[in-house]
Amino acid sequence: MLSAKRLVLQGINYALFMGLVWYFSFSPPYVRLAADEAMISLALSHAGKPVQECRRKSQEELNKLPPNMRVLEECPRERSPVRIEVLVDDQAVIDERINPPGLYKDQGVDVYHSVKVPVGDHRLEVRMNDNIRVAGPTHHYHQSISLSAADLLVIQFNHAHNQFLVK
Amino acid sequence: MKIINPIKRGYLALEEWFNISFGPDWNPLYHLGTLTFFFFWVVLVSGIYLFIFFDTSLSGAYKSVDYLTHEQWYLGGVMRSLHRYASDAAVVTIILHMFREFALDRYRGFRWFSWMTGVPTLWFVITLGITGYWLVWDELGLYVAVLSSQLMDALPIVAGSMANNFIEGQLTDRFFTLMGFLHLLGQPVLLIFALWIHVKRLSHVEISAPRGLAVGSFISLLLLSFLWPATSHAPASLSKVPAILNLDWFYLNIYPLLDSLTAGQTWVLTIGITMLLMIMPWLPPKKTGAAAEVHLEECNGCGQCAVDCPFDAISVQARTDGARWEYEVTVADKLCAACGICVGSCHSSNPFRSSNKVLDTGIDMPQFPIDEVRSKTKRALSELHGDTRIIVFGCEHAFDVEQLKTPSVAVLNFLCTGMIPPTLVEYALKHGADGVFISGCRNGDCYFRYGNIWMDKRFNEGRKPMLRERVDRSRIAVFRAAVTDGRLIRRELAGFTQQITALNQGKTASAAQDIKHA
Repeated sequence: MLSAKRLVLQGINYALFMGLVWYFSFSPPYVRLAADEAMISLALSHAGKPVQECRRKSQEELNKLPPNMRVLEECPRERSPVRIEVLVDDQAVIDERINPPGLYKDQGVDVYHSVKVPVGDHRLEVRMNDNIRVAGPTHHYHQSISLSAADLLVIQFNHAHNQFLVK
Repeated sequence: MKIINPIKRGYLALEEWFNISFGPDWNPLYHLGTLTFFFFWVVLVSGIYLFIFFDTSLSGAYKSVDYLTHEQWYLGGVMRSLHRYASDAAVVTIILHMFREFALDRYRGFRWFSWMTGVPTLWFVITLGITGYWLVWDELGLYVAVLSSQLMDALPIVAGSMANNFIEGQLTDRFFTLMGFLHLLGQPVLLIFALWIHVKRLSHVEISAPRGLAVGSFISLLLLSFLWPATSHAPASLSKVPAILNLDWFYLNIYPLLDSLTAGQTWVLTIGITMLLMIMPWLPPKKTGAAAEVHLEECNGCGQCAVDCPFDAISVQARTDGARWEYEVTVADKLCAACGICVGSCHSSNPFRSSNKVLDTGIDMPQFPIDEVRSKTKRALSELHGDTRIIVFGCEHAFDVEQLKTPSVAVLNFLCTGMIPPTLVEYALKHGADGVFISGCRNGDCYFRYGNIWMDKRFNEGRKPMLRERVDRSRIAVFRAAVTDGRLIRRELAGFTQQITALNQGKTASAAQDIKHA
């Protein structure tokens, strides 16, 4: 039997339940970036160089092969790990060394990494080594940047021009 | 006296509050599963409406949601709010459902399967909500999309980088086609399948919430939707980072973790908690009593026990012993919850039968056979003293009726009150009891799901095996009480004793009158 007392009590219970639903549906607000912060994201897909140079087979080696398999060069499948450093005002904010995936370590690497940085003017430097046979960076980029609050600066790699693309 | 753990005590107090507010029939804590289904139906219907207007393109998604929210606020906006709040309410009822089962220790033993399959079902619900937030394609949608992709990228099975798709110029409309498929078809179908598995070991599964509760919940959702309509953040921008987000904490609580943990660590934490929850039924394990045993020589294959079994453990099959009956029943030991409800269902569990020899029945509990029930009842009745002699039948999972024992009150605990054959009540009244007082789990909250309900129907609604009409109902009382309801049950028993005393005095006076007239 739905008495007046029960109706009131039910109303209170429904209000409490919906209050809970409403509150946590929006609140408390989550502060992802402080008012004086911006974000730099490193987002690139890149394949390291092969770990060894291709080797030209000798005539003797070629003769031993069936005619349809006489490829002149033998290239290793394994690729170099890719090391990427992002420096803001000479301080490393991202420093990653990614090994190539795949059973034969022959795949390209994918990186997505975001860091918070203070707003204002900075010196951005990006260094990448994608060749195990070379000491030091194989690609280098530096630029002065100016970041406002909540800006997102994305560092990519443009394969067509073989250089970093920052926007 | 049993020590009641504080979690159970707290839960029972909350349950009592809801019993006062809603009554046992509408108590939301007894209908958390069906309430979740109800919210799911609201989500489904409102979602279908929203989809009619939803533009599955990169440039159109936000605009179409915005149109519904602001231009068509009176219907589309309300539908959107219902969609959101009902989804959130479903998470609350699921969490409460889990808490209830935990607090009442209804997740171990024979219930392991329902608990273990329920945990991933919660994740299906959460991921369904997450993809819903992607579709709005506002700042929050982009945030969820990027961070979800980062989580996916951390899995060794995912080739390439999903997160790299969310760079300016990379994203296409195909993304929305994929998300639309996932959210509108793939995930709901998977969820329904998971729910089917979740209730696989139950029979008489209810998926419809009581009408009053459904109406009340819907009106509340509707009011909330009108008062505080769900709105979007600013449109997604691939060149700006949203600094402040109004997260829906019911669904998106995992994402802030990625500020302090790597994606890999977040997975380890999430999978760890999930695995821990899934193995909880064995921490420590709970032993289920011996399974029911079928005695074919007493079974005529009527199948009532199979109908009544709340856990689908009994099935009917063709006769194997050459007897004249067409069918027999068989028990799947692994599914049996050892509740004894089947014993109460069996017509052969009649204590008036075989009075001078062992009482056998068609289906019996080895740990408390019907013959022992009869002999214990007989002994308890023979030990009663006083003018008003009461026998109390209780349940192991409810208030401990041993505490009610006095020289004029005998007690007998059953595995479940659904195990009490109606004929046993008649037997007790004919063998010395002036009244029979039956306890058991609170109404609507039977530990074995249907013990209370079947007992009530056998006593009052003609469910087989029924309590015969000639049995004096005024000498029978049923009062369900949880372990914390000692004060209430004592008060009720005292009132019943007074009632029986008055009946006895009336009977004596009437007999004296008869003698005088004679």
